[in-house]
Amino acid sequence: MSTKGKAYIVGAYEHPTRKAPDKSLAQLHAEVAKGAIEDAGLTKDDVDGYFCAAGDTPGLGGLSMIDYMNLNLRHVDTTDTGGSSYLVHVGHAAEAIAAGRCNVALITLAGRPRSEGMATGTAPRAGNPNQPDLQFEFPYAPATANMYAMCAMRHMHEFGTTSEQLAWVKVAASHHAQHNEHAMLRDVVTVEDVVNSPMVTDPLHRLDCCVISDGGGALVVTRPEIAKSLKRPKVKIIGTGEAAKHQMAGHVDLTYTGGTKSGKAAFEEAGVTPKDIKYASIYDSFTITVVMQLEDLGFCERGKGGRFVSDGNLISGVGKLPFNTDGGGLCNNHPANRGGMTKVIEAVRQLRGEAHPKVQVKNCDVALAHGTGGSLGTRHCGSTVIMERE
Amino acid sequence: MAKERKIASPEPTVGSEPYWEGAREGKLLLRHCTSCNKVHHYPRALCPYCFSDKLDWREASGKGKVYTYSVMRRAPEPYVIAYVTLDEGIKMMTNIVDCDLDKVRIDQPVKVVFKPSENGQPVPMFAPA
Ligand SMILES: [Zn+2]
Repeated sequence: MSTKGKAYIVGAYEHPTRKAPDKSLAQLHAEVAKGAIEDAGLTKDDVDGYFCAAGDTPGLGGLSMIDYMNLNLRHVDTTDTGGSSYLVHVGHAAEAIAAGRCNVALITLAGRPRSEGMATGTAPRAGNPNQPDLQFEFPYAPATANMYAMCAMRHMHEFGTTSEQLAWVKVAASHHAQHNEHAMLRDVVTVEDVVNSPMVTDPLHRLDCCVISDGGGALVVTRPEIAKSLKRPKVKIIGTGEAAKHQMAGHVDLTYTGGTKSGKAAFEEAGVTPKDIKYASIYDSFTITVVMQLEDLGFCERGKGGRFVSDGNLISGVGKLPFNTDGGGLCNNHPANRGGMTKVIEAVRQLRGEAHPKVQVKNCDVALAHGTGGSLGTRHCGSTVIMERE
Repeated sequence: MAKERKIASPEPTVGSEPYWEGAREGKLLLRHCTSCNKVHHYPRALCPYCFSDKLDWREASGKGKVYTYSVMRRAPEPYVIAYVTLDEGIKMMTNIVDCDLDKVRIDQPVKVVFKPSENGQPVPMFAPA
């Protein structure tokens, strides 16, 4: 059953904080929930479905937050696929709404890794010993950054991608972030700035890596009849997809992501092609992540992503595919070390015409949000959402 | 040569002990399925190709080449993480050791060596062949 056109995003809210030592994690979740519900013009009592990722939500699944916010629900989904969870949730919310399981779905994300002092990307994080891969990987000190770096190294080897090409992703993000008063990094940077920044884990430099920030965001998804009764611009969900990819029992291939499948599913359901996309939010945990996902989604041929992002092609008003006009994870924020939520929020702003005027895409009628959660180098889940302004 | 990094000790789970016993004898063991005749890594109790539980262990040649790698510079002792393609055709996550960090290259031939982790348990790693 296709869910095309059966659900709308009517509320979107991004927390303005980037460092929240004075707020609890539960408070951040509740504040973004309130923001998105108010943005939609609904009330808390209208919410009958709640979606969150177990990994960034305090307590068992979503139960503590449901209790904290005193929600009265008939549908709960705590799917966790890492940073792509919130894109997955949009798809699942559309399914639940189409199936009559809920009318108003609330999705929240929040986190405070900056206040908690996490060395997010460079310190190996131990897992539960029952995690079957842990004993065969943890002794080798896989962190987030060096796993993505191995993808970049292989991409360079197979396709001739260069550090300068990767740097263009950061350059584009910085051009957008200069207009975002909440962005952590607002200085416009050059290719030279990126490639001359300190090496973190070859071939990724400091400026190839996203920021560490506190914050969060929330979305409200609802049925067409309710969306039409509200005063907000209507953002229709027309295609969604999700796909996990892994080490294939030892046949590891780091040249593509789950986006190959999730993108195909979303484009087929939506009945549009990459050429129809006026704006794309692409999860930018690292510069290489963007290059690979653009290839996987079909915005360019495999191996040509480096060339595609060069020369400002991702800069709004300049290039052929404006991306991450809020500054993305590379410059704006990366709440809970999970970038999927903010990707949907900026796509909604673009479709509503509510992005910053300096980065607003003209006639933005179809937009895509895509992310990869987990680790590109081992196990991850790609998720794609295609939306249309009605 | 890089300064030696403290290697976290693996915590074996039920069924994985032979792999770590093999490492103590200087052997790199691969899980082999007697139903479909394929090897896989990391080792499982059920074959990840055909779900058979008829599995044994095969000693790997210990030879391979670097599929990809990265030198982590933001660590007390910089180290090289890598995936190595074994001669048996499958890849495993590992470290490249006993080498100049800046000389590691993709497709470089490597051979298995065993390095003691914090509790003494040897862990398979790879050095230039
Ligand atoms: Zn088998």
